[in-house]
This record gives sequence, C-alpha cells and structure tokens, in this order.
Amino acid sequence: MTSVDFLAGALLVSLVMYSLLAGADYGAGFWDLMSGGPRQQEQRQLIEEAIGPVWEANHVWLILMIVLLFSGFPDAFGSLCVGLAVPLFLILLGIILRGCSFVFRSYFTGEKRTQLYWGRVFSVSSAMTPLFLGILVGGVSCGSVVVNGGVSANGFLTTWLLPFPIAVGILALSLFAYLSACYLAAEAESAELKGDFRIRGLVAGAVSFLLALATYATAGNSAVALRHGLSERPVAWLLEACALGAMVAALAGLWRRRFEQARIAAAMQVGLMVAAWGVAQYPYLIRPDVTITNSAAPNNVATALDIALGCGAVILIPSLAVLFIVFRGAGEARQVPQSGDQRACGPVTSI
Amino acid sequence: MEETEVNNLLAARSQMGMSLAFHIIFAAIGVALPLMMVIAEGKWIVTRDDAYLLLAQRWAKGTTILAAVGAVSGTVLSFELGLLWPQFMRHAGAVIGMPFSLEGFAFFTEAIFLGIYLYGWNRIPSWFHFLSGVIVALSGLLSAMFVTFVNGWMNTPTGFVLVDGRFTDIRPFAAMLNPAGGPEAVHMILAAYTAAGFATAGIHGWLYLRRGRNRFDEVAIGIALAVGGTAVLFQSVSGDALARMVAATQPAKLASLEGQFTTEAGAPLRIGGLPYPKERVTKYALEIPHGLSLLAFHNEDAVVKGLDQVPESDWPNVRIVHLCFQTMVGCGSVLSLFALVALWLQRKKKFFSRPVIRLVVLVSPLGFIALEAGWMVTELGRQPWIIYHILRTRDAVTSLPHLSVTFTLMTAVYLTLGAITTWLLAKHVIASPETQFIEKEEMV
Repeated sequence: MTSVDFLAGALLVSLVMYSLLAGADYGAGFWDLMSGGPRQQEQRQLIEEAIGPVWEANHVWLILMIVLLFSGFPDAFGSLCVGLAVPLFLILLGIILRGCSFVFRSYFTGEKRTQLYWGRVFSVSSAMTPLFLGILVGGVSCGSVVVNGGVSANGFLTTWLLPFPIAVGILALSLFAYLSACYLAAEAESAELKGDFRIRGLVAGAVSFLLALATYATAGNSAVALRHGLSERPVAWLLEACALGAMVAALAGLWRRRFEQARIAAAMQVGLMVAAWGVAQYPYLIRPDVTITNSAAPNNVATALDIALGCGAVILIPSLAVLFIVFRGAGEARQVPQSGDQRACGPVTSI
Repeated sequence: MEETEVNNLLAARSQMGMSLAFHIIFAAIGVALPLMMVIAEGKWIVTRDDAYLLLAQRWAKGTTILAAVGAVSGTVLSFELGLLWPQFMRHAGAVIGMPFSLEGFAFFTEAIFLGIYLYGWNRIPSWFHFLSGVIVALSGLLSAMFVTFVNGWMNTPTGFVLVDGRFTDIRPFAAMLNPAGGPEAVHMILAAYTAAGFATAGIHGWLYLRRGRNRFDEVAIGIALAVGGTAVLFQSVSGDALARMVAATQPAKLASLEGQFTTEAGAPLRIGGLPYPKERVTKYALEIPHGLSLLAFHNEDAVVKGLDQVPESDWPNVRIVHLCFQTMVGCGSVLSLFALVALWLQRKKKFFSRPVIRLVVLVSPLGFIALEAGWMVTELGRQPWIIYHILRTRDAVTSLPHLSVTFTLMTAVYLTLGAITTWLLAKHVIASPETQFIEKEEMV
C-alpha cells in the first residue's frame, strides 16, 4: 500500500465518519421538518438536544475531507470545483443556513414566531444539503465530469443534472433520515417518543432499501463502470452482503424495540454501503479521467500528510472519545429543562 | 482579456474579499474570546468571586455563537478557494496543503473541547473543565497560526522548484515555514487579541456608563483591556519584524505601503499623505528624514527600493494600500498610547472614572479597524499576484460564468449573518447581570 493509497483510504474513512455522524445530524433536521402529531414539541426538543453538543465536531469531518483532497489530490480538487461547481455552491449554501439557523434558533430570545422561522430554515436546509451531497457523489461516479485546462467539457449543469446523481442524492437523504431515526429512537426518553422514531426508522429503512435498488438500476444507463465495480468486485460483494445483514439486524432491532441494537446495526449498514461505493469507485476519484494516482501530490508530500494524519489521529481519537463519553449519559442531563442556554449557565442559579 | 473575464475576475475577488472580511472578524473574536473566558474562569477558581464565573459563562456563550458562525464561514472559505480559484489550488494545493491540514486538526480539537466546555459545566470535574477551556483557546490560536502560514506562503513562496510553470521537488514543511509565515502569524494573532480585547472592553465600558458602577463590568473591562493592551504593546515589536521581512522579500509591497515611488538611500518615513501613481509622487505627507531606511533596514542610509524597480503593470493599487497602511499604523499607535495611559491610571487606582471609561468606549473600534486595514494591506499589496511573482490572480480564477450572481448571494448571506450574530451577542453576552452585582453607587 503506497502513501497515496493510504491518503485515499483516509478520505474514505472521513467520508464514512461524516455520513455516520453529520449525516445523522442532517437526518435529524429532516425529521424536524417532518415533525408532527401530539408530540411535535418533544420531537423537536429531542432533536435539538441530540445534535447541539456534537454537530460542530461532526461537521469538521467535511473540512478534513476537503483539506485532504486539495492537499493530497490537488488536480482532483481543481476538476471537482469546476465541473461540479453548482452542486458545491448549493451544498455550501445549505451548510451555512443549517449551521447558522441552528445556533440562531437555540439562542434566540425574542418572538416565538421568529424562532419558528429559524427552525424552518434549519430543517429545510438540513434536508437539502444531503440531497446535493449525494448528487456530488453520484456526479463523480458517473463519468460526466471532464475538465481540461480549467474548462468543463460538459458545462456546469449537465455534469450532475442526470438520473444517476439525482438518484444517489435522494438515496443519501433517505439513508441519513433512516440513520437519524435509529439514533433518536435509542436516545429518546419516553416510550411514546421512542415509538415515534421507531416508526420513522422502519419506514425510512424500507424506503432506503427500495431507493438503493432503484439507484443500482439507474446506474445501468449512466454509471456502467461503477455498477461493474459494485457487482463484480469480490470485496464490494462482501461489503454489500454485510450491509444487507446489518440492515436486517437494524430493522429487526427497531421492530422488537431493541433500540441500541438498531442504532449500531444501522450505523454499520450505512458505513458499509459508503465503503462499498468507495471500493467500486477505486481507483477513481472522478470518473472517467481522474484517479488517485494521476491526480496525487508527489509521494513525499503524500507521506508527510500521512504522518500529519497519524499525529492528528493520536490527538483526535482520544478527544472524540472524551466528547462522546461525556455526553453518552446525556439522558440524566435531559432532566435539566430547556435549551443548552440554561444548561451552560447551570451554576449561575447557585450564586 | 475580454470584458466578461475582467468582470468575472472582479466578482471572484470581491466575493473572496467579502468572505474574508467577515471571516476575519468572526475568527478574531473566536480566537480571543476563549482566552478571556479562560482567564475569567481561572480567576473564579482562585478567588471564588461569582462575578468572574458569570463572566466566564457569558463569554462562553459568545464563543459558542462565534465558533459556530466562524466554522460556517471557514467552511465557506475552504470551498471558495476551489470554487473561485481552482487553478490556484491545482497548482499550489500540494505545496501548501500541510498547514491547511494541520489547521483542520486544530479546528477539530477546538470544536471537540468547546462542546465539552459548554455542555460540561455540571458533568466534569472543574479542573478538567478549565483544561478544556485552555485547549479551546490554544487550538484557536494554532488554527489562526496555520492559516496565516498559508497567506505567508502566497507572499513569500518557498519549498519547491519551479519547472515549466509546475511545482516540483516540493518540500511541504519548508513551504509551511516560509519567511513571511512566522512574522505574519504573530502579527495576526496579536491583532486578534487587540481587536477583540478593546472591542469587548468598549462594550462593557458602554454598559458600565449605562448601568452605573458594578463589579461585573469592572472585572470584564479589566480582563479585556489586559488582553488587548498587552497585545497591542507587543504589536509594535511584531510590526517592526514584519516590515523588515517585507522590505527584504517584497520590496514593491513595501514601496506601496510607504508610497515610495523612487529608489533612494536614506528614504524618509511618511506619515499620512496621498500617493499619485500617475505623477509618481506622494503628496501632503509629514516626512521624517531617513525614517523609512532606519525602520526597514535598521540603517539610516540604507537604500529603499521604490516602485520604479517594477513595471507599472505589476503595481498594486498604491493609493489604497498606502491609505490602509496609514490607517492601521495610526489606529495601532493610538491604542498603544491608550494602553500605556490605562496602565498608569490603574497603578494610581484612578482608572474607573466616567471620563476614562468614555475614552475606552471611544477607542474600542480602532482594533477592528486596524485589523481590517492591515488585512487589506497584505492582500491588496500582493496584487496582481496570487502567488507572489509566480501566478497572477487573473490566471487563477475559475471559468465558471455568472460569478456576480454568487457574489450577490453570498453578500446577502453574510450581511444577514453579521446582523444576526451582532444581535445575538448583544442579547446574550452583554445582557444585564444579576442585580446583586450592580451597586448603584455614585460614579467617582
């Protein structure tokens, strides 16, 4: 395994982590949009508390991917930013609106109506961003992005406004929603609230399964090479089989109200699906021209980045572990009423 | 170049400039506020004075809001690097990826420990809480340092051999530790402390004048001015180091800062003045003989290269660069003077009086004005190059059409963002504290 392969592996790991962590945050925003019924307020409250402490740290996986891409594979980054500039701009817009409206909603103290308005911006942008993230992944897989001398051969719209990227976009949204429902069902306090997200998880899981089949079918027309990768590489087969097994375990967990099992299995399922895509896409970063070898930074740069990654991981992994350990027992703290606002100021009351 | 291309370049530069102008404010506060927050918490741990605890919590809220907004606007910038300047990233990505990657890790650490700090008041031991705050402050500082290293590289590119317009023999660490990087990073970090420190002191000063004498605002002003004042005094040393570095590596940039059109030995230092690029002269300046040679080379008769050494097509906008530089130095000088006076008054125990606090409020915006002006100096002073003497800005821009649309959209987004952030900070950070801290006494 060369240093460039290692770097590409780190990119894929970051993508998996981003899908499992930030993906679920986006999915939670989607459920915020879809919240309803007698427990609408409780649902929104749960969503806010679940993502409040962690969404920023989760978001950084994306930054890490971008940085690794432009440091390790500068040509790929250059082509991506030209050929898929439009979905990238839309992702960016979604990220801005999602992040800011979430903070504004949490910290807003004025009129209820304005706060609800920020909530709406938050949920709509949360739902929109995964769609375009998926379109981006679909766009680099279907062989439509060809950039020569800084000019996109297929323009700026026909690189991604195609059936396959759009199918991947919708699949990404449904997977994130499914993932998020499984997490929220596990984190909810009351049996009723758990039940709300159990139903949502089951529906989203089933929809995701159908969409995955549909996406695979669409690939027959426009992403043949990727489809070959998915259906002919033994490693991809293995990953897909495991993903299928995880899906069964997750849905069974939801069905039998074993929410901890559902949470872990759903995360494994989505992680394995992203990994299978990575294996099928290998060695391409952007089909049909850009591979990890022909777009890579020189070897010594890649090695230096690998070392930096290693050192970074030594600091990051324990830090992340601390973050999640501190908040895993979030259940008890949820007894403390209302938003992070009051929680952050807890000791003030003792003054 | 065709007209549409010129317009596209202008739109791309405007969009990048606008994004950075906002980001630099969010980031500067995001770097400095955690430091002040940690100082306040440390003071509380030592003294158990609840005013400090309340202050730490208020500033922590400000840090959260700004870290979120800063994270978002930082993401915007990392996308825009590629979306607006794909040719720059294609060429330079491998060379300057290292500081960006390290910045990514620093930012990651910051986000993780900020989460722990904010939501952990009641869940973790107090020493660990304090330590988390220290890590937030430290990693914010490191983020700023790494990012400024990149800007340093654009000014003094090193760590590669250029063959037929391509970077070969790349040494990423040599590129990261370029000559401009260190001095620029120190200058930037001190600028962040100065700007945020004085601005915070100004806000609490204004509240102090409105609410009457109270401990809460007093300790806030104390910490904020200690941070801002110390930083601005070190800034003169850092500025001197930076100017000498620019003199040695980017003579044309120094010449535009100073409005120096002709090469001369024993060049004067100009205070104020307006450069006339067509007539190649700077008028109306107060000139201190030999001043520039002395400052830039520590030798009163040193030869200072003028703009006549480079073709006029390679000049930056001399007038704007000179004015920005004068603004920065002017604001910095006023703040330094104020810091010294404040220190003396503090010694005499005469600081907290109405006229002095009014003065605090009056000078409080100068830090941010200097920060923005200084950033304009380094960015506009480097033009027309995106990588100094290697790649021109116009050759790095994207082929994506209709950039004016994205520029308009992003400007609207940032203006909204700025307005709401200000409003939220006003509501949360500076809202009235518990009444017990306010003793409505007569002002001295």
